[in-house]
Amino acid sequence: MGNDFNQSKQNWQESLQKAQKRFPERKDPFVNKSDIEVDPLYYPENEAVYDEYMEKLGFPGQYPYTRGIQPGMYRSRFWTMRQYAGFGSAKETNERFKYLLEQGQTGLSVAFDLPTQIGYDSDDPMAEGEVGKVGVAIDSLEDMEILLKDIPLDQVSTSMTINAPASVLLCMYIAVAEKQDVPKEKITGTIQNDILKEYIARGTYIYPPKPSMRLITNIFDYCAKEVPKFNTISISGYHIREAGSTAVQEVAFTLANGMAYVKAAIESGLDVDEFAPRLAFFFNAHNHFFEEVAKFRAARRIWASIMKEKFGAKSEKSLRLRFHTQTGGSTLTAQQPDNNIVRVALQALSAVMGGTQSLHTNSRDEALALPTEESARIALRTQQVIAHESGVADTVDPLAGSYYVESMTDQLEEDIMSYIDKIEEIGGAVQAVEEGYMQREIHQAAYEAQKKIESNEEIIVGMNEFQIDEDVQADLLKVDEALEQNQVNQVQNIRKNRNQGEVDRVLNDLKQASRDESENLMPYILDAVKAYATVGEICHTLRDVFGEYTGA
Amino acid sequence: MEQKIRVLIAKPGLDGHDRGALVIAQALRDYGMEVIYTGLRQSAAQIAQAAIQEDVDVVGLSSLSGGHKALFPKVVEELSKRDAEDIPVIGGGVIPDEDVDFLEEKGVKKIFTSGTPTTEIAKFIDELIRGEKV
Repeated sequence: MGNDFNQSKQNWQESLQKAQKRFPERKDPFVNKSDIEVDPLYYPENEAVYDEYMEKLGFPGQYPYTRGIQPGMYRSRFWTMRQYAGFGSAKETNERFKYLLEQGQTGLSVAFDLPTQIGYDSDDPMAEGEVGKVGVAIDSLEDMEILLKDIPLDQVSTSMTINAPASVLLCMYIAVAEKQDVPKEKITGTIQNDILKEYIARGTYIYPPKPSMRLITNIFDYCAKEVPKFNTISISGYHIREAGSTAVQEVAFTLANGMAYVKAAIESGLDVDEFAPRLAFFFNAHNHFFEEVAKFRAARRIWASIMKEKFGAKSEKSLRLRFHTQTGGSTLTAQQPDNNIVRVALQALSAVMGGTQSLHTNSRDEALALPTEESARIALRTQQVIAHESGVADTVDPLAGSYYVESMTDQLEEDIMSYIDKIEEIGGAVQAVEEGYMQREIHQAAYEAQKKIESNEEIIVGMNEFQIDEDVQADLLKVDEALEQNQVNQVQNIRKNRNQGEVDRVLNDLKQASRDESENLMPYILDAVKAYATVGEICHTLRDVFGEYTGA
Repeated sequence: MEQKIRVLIAKPGLDGHDRGALVIAQALRDYGMEVIYTGLRQSAAQIAQAAIQEDVDVVGLSSLSGGHKALFPKVVEELSKRDAEDIPVIGGGVIPDEDVDFLEEKGVKKIFTSGTPTTEIAKFIDELIRGEKV
């Protein structure tokens, strides 16, 4: 007894030293206000519990990664503070990006408007009233050039919340990088590219599941060879939770979706260790502090075991669940909106205690509108206070060993696994989505939650208790009403001024290739965006061949 | 027996957030109404058409994408184009106070914003419909 433990501990120490050489620790030494030194890690001293410790927790950076995916976590570098932003035109959003970078944000995250997300140009009748509303409108490569103007793509990593047209926007990003003389091997970032949760919870699907899964595996394959530093998918529980699921359902459905992508990629002929290191996850953080921390820890442990046992992954990178967290939008209240700052701080803290790799904190006014610049700044400051003032990032996985947190982690794992088994019995996530299974489970949970609030069984401060008479809402962000027309004019101008013969040719090539399942569509889409074919034209070309999804 | 109130719950535009729409649909059913839910991505014309075909007493619109100022009045217009302006339209979602007056001026009967109990919405519909019929 204990050999395993001591050996792993030594390995951990060695890997920590190695990591510190690349990224020195933030402080030397770390001390608290009482001048007590804070160690990188605290672990059991009692040999009797070594075996259990090794089975369930292990050392950070080691299987099953319960305590985190890196040996030193935030001792060297904080999580990436990545605020999701985008509204109106590419020019306005470019200005907000530059503002956020000046304020100390360390990565970009692009919100696209709904027409872009569903593959319609701004002048499509379907786009009316929605242009530039929930994100930036991107029609052609020209918009993307404006969006990323003066932002060095070899230094900034960019996350793009784009799903059904993920390949189109990724190709635009590659094309802009090339114009900046940044080769595609060097660009870093993430595309969401998670279509299954769109059918389940978020709603921006275009094509039916089967061709959608093909587009996704095409991206995995292309990027493994050509864009090796880009995260090719962000498998998202965030929206599942926002749609009303429990924490257990959030993780269970997300990991089940992840398994479906891994299976599809393996079936298309890819080697698991070739693409799995580029899979990323995206979770929510709600108010129940310890439950959330335990959830993140359980998710890491389960994914590592699934990848190892079920898919035979060998590379350690394939076993590590890396994730982004966003605080819970649906927990924000329209009443007394400043209270939301406190909710966001609690939720953000749970994400940090749970070992997140990057974090978005919501703004106080998001139950009412998109955030103003001031609200967005407070949200970022909240992360900076946690990072620089609270000391919670000075030691790895500080809640480990708490009877409550460890027991909750185990129980969540058990409940998550029974859901995953159930989905496997149905035939996997794709089948379960088509049958509407997850949609029904989430809706049921959402309805139960609503009833608890209405019966005051659950207290929401300022909403069903502690109400006040409120004045008119403070300043809210307004999207310029003239924007839609400007964007319409702009896309029509693009169509007039480009080489139409070239556009027709590349779109026709894309159409032919889409009919042949053995073709990877990425090079065709890259040619199309470079010829200034629009998002709508490219997606319509594929709609013609793949058809459209109309609901479970 | 009194006839059940029939409600069409609709999602105009491209917004995919249907948690609110689904919860309200179920709450109104539990309250004793008949509810038809359109599903996502409905145009104003499709919603008006469905309201008439289904012979509903009221149309409830849900939007969280900021498109309400363009989309809600359009549904009112499409109903009156079809001589169905007697079907009242109500709405809800992420809608700032300052837009509520605008929407009510454009003929939307009532806007319920985030945090409204579903029973309050059910009672409002009940009074709106039964009140008019008495």
